Amino acid sequence: MSAAKGGPMLRARGVTRKFGGLIAVNSVDFEIPRGSISAIIGPNGAGKTTFFNVIAGIYAPTAGTIELDGKPLISPPTGAGREPILLILPTIPFIALAIYSLLVVGGDTGLVEGVASVAAALLGFVGALLLNIIRPAWYNRLIKRIGVTRPARPNDMVVAGLARTFQNIRLYKSLTTLENILVGMHVHMHGSFLGALFKSRLVREEEAAAEQRARELLAFVDLAGMENELAKNLPYGKQRLLEIARAIASRPKLLLLDEPAAGMNPRETEEMTALIRRIRDELGITILLIEHDMRVVMGISDHITVLDHGEKIAEGLPKAIRTNPKVIEAYLGRGAAAGH
Amino acid sequence: MSRIADAVNAPFAPVRAYFRKHRSFGIFVGVVLLSIALPLLTRVPPFDGIQSTNAWVNAFTTAAIYAMLAMGLNVVIGFAGLLDLGYAAFFALGGYTYAFVASPFTGVHLPFWPMLLAGGVVGAIFGVLLGAPTLRLRGDYLAIVTLGFGEIVPITLMNADKFTDGVNGIGGIDKPNIPGILQFTLTNPWPMYGLVIALFSLIMIMIYRLEDSRLGRTWDAIREDELAAESSGVNIVIAKLQAFAVGASIAGIVGVVNAAKITIVTPDQFRFAVSISALAAVVLGGMGNTIGVATGAFIIYLFQSILLKQLNTLVENFNIPVLNQIDFLDFQYVLYGIVLVLMMLKRPQGIFPARRRMREFAPLKIGKRGLK
Amino acid sequence: MATASVTSSTAGRLLGNLRLPLSILAFLGLALGALGIDQFVNAMTLGAIYALVALGYTMVYGIIELINFAHGDVFMVGSFVAMFISSSLLGNEGSITNVPLLAVSVLLLFALTISVMALLGALIERLAYRPLRRAPKLAPLITAIGVSFILQNVIQFFFGPTIVTVPQLVPIEWSIQVSGSRVPLLNLFVIATSVILMVALQLFISRTRTGRAMRTTSMDRDASSLMGVDINRTIMITFLIGSGLAGAAGVVHGLYYGNTTFGLGFQSGLKAFTAAVLGGIGNTAGAALGGFLIAFVEVGASAFGYGRWGGAIVFSLLVIFLVFRPTGLLGSHTGDRA
Repeated sequence: MSAAKGGPMLRARGVTRKFGGLIAVNSVDFEIPRGSISAIIGPNGAGKTTFFNVIAGIYAPTAGTIELDGKPLISPPTGAGREPILLILPTIPFIALAIYSLLVVGGDTGLVEGVASVAAALLGFVGALLLNIIRPAWYNRLIKRIGVTRPARPNDMVVAGLARTFQNIRLYKSLTTLENILVGMHVHMHGSFLGALFKSRLVREEEAAAEQRARELLAFVDLAGMENELAKNLPYGKQRLLEIARAIASRPKLLLLDEPAAGMNPRETEEMTALIRRIRDELGITILLIEHDMRVVMGISDHITVLDHGEKIAEGLPKAIRTNPKVIEAYLGRGAAAGH
Repeated sequence: MSRIADAVNAPFAPVRAYFRKHRSFGIFVGVVLLSIALPLLTRVPPFDGIQSTNAWVNAFTTAAIYAMLAMGLNVVIGFAGLLDLGYAAFFALGGYTYAFVASPFTGVHLPFWPMLLAGGVVGAIFGVLLGAPTLRLRGDYLAIVTLGFGEIVPITLMNADKFTDGVNGIGGIDKPNIPGILQFTLTNPWPMYGLVIALFSLIMIMIYRLEDSRLGRTWDAIREDELAAESSGVNIVIAKLQAFAVGASIAGIVGVVNAAKITIVTPDQFRFAVSISALAAVVLGGMGNTIGVATGAFIIYLFQSILLKQLNTLVENFNIPVLNQIDFLDFQYVLYGIVLVLMMLKRPQGIFPARRRMREFAPLKIGKRGLK
Repeated sequence: MATASVTSSTAGRLLGNLRLPLSILAFLGLALGALGIDQFVNAMTLGAIYALVALGYTMVYGIIELINFAHGDVFMVGSFVAMFISSSLLGNEGSITNVPLLAVSVLLLFALTISVMALLGALIERLAYRPLRRAPKLAPLITAIGVSFILQNVIQFFFGPTIVTVPQLVPIEWSIQVSGSRVPLLNLFVIATSVILMVALQLFISRTRTGRAMRTTSMDRDASSLMGVDINRTIMITFLIGSGLAGAAGVVHGLYYGNTTFGLGFQSGLKAFTAAVLGGIGNTAGAALGGFLIAFVEVGASAFGYGRWGGAIVFSLLVIFLVFRPTGLLGSHTGDRA
């Protein structure tokens, strides 16, 4: 369900992220063309991972907005000061009731009525607390009307069509490869709790279909036959493939890859590059990657953005980036840039 | 050696395959068989000398209640990885809920069977209530908060005299009698035994189904790596609340049954020691392993109620000097402590490690275990 | 383990440094007015005891991020040991009015109890916690619960489940008059003891090399060990001191209340832990502050007729702080663990 066929898959405007006094990402404008393989590069400490994590919903931006597929995805949280009101407000009618029964009705109030009204007030407070913790979608929409928007959480991103992998591989180590992928698919599985308890047909069919698709995904990343291997027993290269398979399982529109080729030898790197291309070509998923390995970046990227000290210093086609003096200076220092 | 084992096991292979496919039925059959075998066993020496069969059956019933508590706590600790130290609070709430509506204290007398469900609902509500504030806390802080709640509930029950008759508790609780069909008396333990066994198998079946379901997988993911789970799209908040709710509702249901069995509830029955005893059963049996923790509970209960008593008799009969003076039953609580310490130091995965935890130690092998 | 905060301007800094003492003074004044002298003194005394116990919790959590569940029970065992020493060894049944004899007895009592408790604490660490130092956090927590249970029930086994009387060596009749109220010297003694011990601890931590080792180990264990700090020894010393303080608290408890019971550790332990959390876990000044605060909450509750709910109120405070302000009032000082 895309709002704008042909518009950029991701549009970040003025995204800023501060940690106390440190500005990790400074007003970055950024677009990912639909169906492209884009890369973010930059020297260490440039703010790439922070920016990545903002898009992934792990950090809320201090300023700026992010749109995914034409729909607003992330904006800075607002109205934090009003949150306590959200807790107190629902209890006010009950507190009023309590005060009324205790004071106005006065001595005629039996102990039971008094306690009941206090209990009702407590219940109202507790209900408000629960709503604030659970944050159902309708509640979020409601509080938006009074100007309170909460920071988005990573699982909201996945529901919106985004998926990511991690730089240091975060698989579910004691689960099998199949189970790892299945967790990725949960977003689109709707069997209910009761359905699970009573093994309803919906649940059984859904699980069977999910298992089937998980096997297909394993085959897609060349891990067929390893369904029942524990994730932690896989060799490093295969673990990376598994993590990508898990990310694809949620049917994302945009896939964020955090240093997918890290720690890989040249052959594995080539296979990874080929896989990334296949994901874009065969599954139609737009890809954004952070990568230090320039062969990978220059080899498959359609579009590269360069960050340094939290700011965007260049963007464009690989060829242009390769010869851009600002980029060279950022990586190698002023002398090297002058030499070119 | 293994070839002999294979040969012996061979004829049972089709049976095992059948029960693997129809696991729920298998659990039911297994529990029924066991519940028939155990009382039969007590007719045989040396067990028949220890106490009468009726007393044994009563003990088994209590052990089964305790085992159900352990299985419920296992859902919270073993499946979802949330260390709940205040589990007794839900047990108490279930018992008191039934006591309110089925005793001379309030004069209300609602029937037992729907109250079983009500106990579960009350448990679930409080599970969510008590779990919600803990959601963003780290493991040890979460444990302390649950412990705090576990203390607040009995204190409240004790002090809210008007509603709970304070220290005295609520007595005279109705039995689950069905006139004409089922009579529960104090002298005949068998109807209650049957009721508890039926409930036990039902709960065990449900827990196994949950474990293999999407929710069970979600809990595994959260336990392994919360951040990765969230980035896979898992709603951590809902999943954790569900864990608390399921665990607490089981305790609530068991609380109702317990109240009907003992016919009285007092705040004293639900102190910290009860939460710890459930924890000890989980730790001993094997965190995450449903049958394991039930067995652990059984072992602990029978040890403390039968073995310790027997030690007393033994020491008396043989007139052993110093040990003579000791009442071994006083060691009940020390037992929990020792179990916890020894297991954590020597075998933290429990006597019966959970399937998944066992796979952590299994060598590289490609098996045929699909999903169920 | 407590570090100063930095503000920009001189005036700001001055005000910032004064803010805490001023609010404490204001609070004390209010409490005095609300409670009256008698209850105020009671609260201060109770707070002194809680503070001593809270210190052990906060030090251990600061250095190994473990909630030492058994610590409250070390306090309890300390009170029993003190009782045993003073009634059996010193042969006392009542108070001692001969001042030099009293002083010697009390000092002896403290010395013995503190030593025994320090050893017990170190033993527990060595046997139950050290083997699990690299295990997931839940393992030592569960072990700590087990140890707590064992301690409680061993004491219950030897001394029974009921309240046990303790000789109150310091005569409770000795008192001074403060604007119309009689303030027992015993109270002042308890408060003074606690303050002296806390000051000694603070000096130890900030001035000695071992104290510095304790601070750095709690900030970054690996870096400290790379710099040559003996981690095992440092942690053991932390337990020695924390448990010794709990032992002192046990002595003081017995002298003040004249009784003890096997369940003392559980109830008071949890309250002292709440105090540590309130003040800021890992922060020794916070533990002291928290101890007194909790005492005032408890005494205040019973002064207004809600004594029975005291426990529930304190636990509710614990929950509230852990959920909404886990760093406590003065900020917590634990290592940065992701």
